[in-house]
Amino acid sequence: MKLDIRTENGKAIATLSGEIDHHNARELRSELDRYIIKSQPRMLAMDFGNITFMDSSGIGLIMGRSKLMRECGGSLEVCNTQPYIRRVLKLSGIERIVTIK
Amino acid sequence: MEVKNEIKFSMPSLSVNESTARAVVSSFLIQADPTVEELSDIRTAVSEAVTNAVVHAYRNTKGRIELTVRLLKDREIYIRIKDKGCGISDVEQAMEPLFTTAPEEERSGLGFSVMQSFMDKLTVKSKSGKGTTVTMRKRLSEHGK
Repeated sequence: MKLDIRTENGKAIATLSGEIDHHNARELRSELDRYIIKSQPRMLAMDFGNITFMDSSGIGLIMGRSKLMRECGGSLEVCNTQPYIRRVLKLSGIERIVTIK
Repeated sequence: MEVKNEIKFSMPSLSVNESTARAVVSSFLIQADPTVEELSDIRTAVSEAVTNAVVHAYRNTKGRIELTVRLLKDREIYIRIKDKGCGISDVEQAMEPLFTTAPEEERSGLGFSVMQSFMDKLTVKSKSGKGTTVTMRKRLSEHGK
């Protein structure tokens, strides 16, 4: 599991690589939260283009970061989701809360 | 049940073994030539069941999780995930979408929903204090034939 965060035109982009499961989500969650609290970006995009697996732990991860971003006055979007990831996301109805691209 | 091939393995309830279980099940199923989507569905369902055992069944303890994967006739896959953990007192409630007893760990309460929609059949048997057995079945398509 790997996480890279960069800023582009005032937008923070977090590129996640590898598999998102319960085991990996814990570390991702604390790294992302540390960044959000420290940098307070107005917009954070989580790039899922390099994610090779995701179970429902990914839904918890997105929901939690979305909540924290809102509390910090910003917003979250999830981009580059492959079809199988969208199938998991669809079950949660998360598209109503977070922009999924 | 006509079993064409079978593997059984057990592992300690460490969260790192969520990916171990997915990898072992995937490599066993390659011989059945599933589509990419079918394999991804099965991997996801297995991951959910094993995570439930790690997070809930053996919450403050460690125990073993036992997996059985069978290739049956007519391209049917049978998967059983068994633990001897705390058990589920109300299975019906536990299976409701979004129900979770671990919100602080950001568990979404969708584990059983994923298993249900990604597999053809899901059975959950549980006894408080004794453990839980999750059984799932899925028939693979006849693609390429």
